[in-house]
Amino acid sequence: MLASCADPSVLEGLGWLLCYLTSGTHIAFYWSFVTVLVLLAVTAPVALAFGFGGAVAARSSIWPISLLGRGYMAMVRGVPDIVFFLFFVIALDQGIEWLTHQVRCPDWTDPVRQGLEFRVCPQAKVPPGNAPQVWHQIYGFGLAVITFALVFGAFAANVLLGGMQAVPRAQLETAEAYGMTQRQVFRRVLVPQMWIYALPGLSNLWLILIKATPLLFLLGVRDIVYWARELGSTKTSVYAYPHPDWRLYYFLALLVFYLCMTRVSEILLGRLTRNLSRGQATAAGEAQRKAAGGVA
Amino acid sequence: MKKLLLATTVMALTSGAALAQQTVRMGTEGAYPPFNFINDSGEVDGFEREMGDELCKRAELTCEWVVTDWDSIIPNLQSGNYDTIIAGMSITDERDEVIDFTQNYIPPATSAYAALSADADVVGGVVAAQVGTIQAGHVAESGATLLEFATPDETVAAVRNGEADAVFADKDYLVPVVAESGGEFSWAGEEVQLGGGVGMGLRESDTELKEKFNVAIQSMKDDGTLNEMITKWFGAEALVF
Repeated sequence: MLASCADPSVLEGLGWLLCYLTSGTHIAFYWSFVTVLVLLAVTAPVALAFGFGGAVAARSSIWPISLLGRGYMAMVRGVPDIVFFLFFVIALDQGIEWLTHQVRCPDWTDPVRQGLEFRVCPQAKVPPGNAPQVWHQIYGFGLAVITFALVFGAFAANVLLGGMQAVPRAQLETAEAYGMTQRQVFRRVLVPQMWIYALPGLSNLWLILIKATPLLFLLGVRDIVYWARELGSTKTSVYAYPHPDWRLYYFLALLVFYLCMTRVSEILLGRLTRNLSRGQATAAGEAQRKAAGGVA
Repeated sequence: MKKLLLATTVMALTSGAALAQQTVRMGTEGAYPPFNFINDSGEVDGFEREMGDELCKRAELTCEWVVTDWDSIIPNLQSGNYDTIIAGMSITDERDEVIDFTQNYIPPATSAYAALSADADVVGGVVAAQVGTIQAGHVAESGATLLEFATPDETVAAVRNGEADAVFADKDYLVPVVAESGGEFSWAGEEVQLGGGVGMGLRESDTELKEKFNVAIQSMKDDGTLNEMITKWFGAEALVF
């Protein structure tokens, strides 16, 4: 905090605004943008991995694995995100604590569920009750990442499965004719070619993921939406910087942030599509070939 | 998998710390000044922060403050996310069925209506209240149309933009709102006494912790420090013990 901000009540105009915008709560607000970006950066690859696993499992010729893959997609896709978020975070949290309880407190006689209470022995609390608050926040954030990745992984699995099925059969047959094993066909022909078919769906998912980040607030992580509402609300003189209801401006700032995020993503994804189309047997690849003066 | 790794790391890091002094996690809303709010350095502040810290000192507990949504403040206590609720929560019979309360640390609260004009219709009109509060319950029974909001601030905003005719809340919360509105807000209707005062909420199985806090609250009542704090945060007209 700036030295001139020691007594906000005597400040006016720009000086006040500068101090206001650098107050402790505002710094926390700015950090929450980082939280959202970290969530995106971690969730996207993990969700893609889940999606890839799900798609491969769904294609498997072994019946139980295929069922697992298809079941995962159907279950997560068929349940509203919010319900899944609310359910899964509690279930995961209590499941972890129940397991640690079984391991650490085998002699505990009281039931874990007492009426409405969920009570494990103190040693089984995750994170432990005496852990600093930051660990509780990291734990909550971890739960959020897992949940996001699971939900978006299911959507990604569906998109990737579609991508795999869209690769022309002739390509795979040719590879087989060259004597490649199934595994080689998958790795050398199918996977490199499926991305261009999956990309429109995946870029859609990415935009939806960006827009779904306010759900973090629902999971108890103090994200930008929480802070916008908290900072924008009317502040009486109990606070150092009293002001009327400014939620409109804070939410406007969020609107601009999300629009910028999606716009930048669209530009980058457009570039990626062009790169991936090169040499592909798709309409876009064909157009590129013609533009370059190649023989159709 | 990652989660498990993280969990084990957390445990490995912290399980070494002795449980000599019990850590109590205090759950509060952080949006109900002057009871509790997030001050400009991002810390929990307010009457309950000051009193809670003093209680913990007297009960020889280490206290950690946790901010949570009002909506889910009771379920989160029951599932063990924190150990106490200290969030301006009035003691009522309905709540007492699911959680336990310490003795009250604020006398039975006066609730009041604030509106844009003193003759606002608080019985037949639309009245805003925070969801899950005794005030919301009272409005529902009074015959007025109840409009519920997640945060106290939104109930006030609803009156300001004409969605509701009046807001019904703890008078202690509304006093600064009315006083600083520059004449925009005024008191309306009659004041109402609701609930059995404000107390700390605990899990029903946590009887030992409840006793510790009861003793600490009693000692603060006995030596007058509690009254001093109430006057400091709620003004000279506030009810004291």
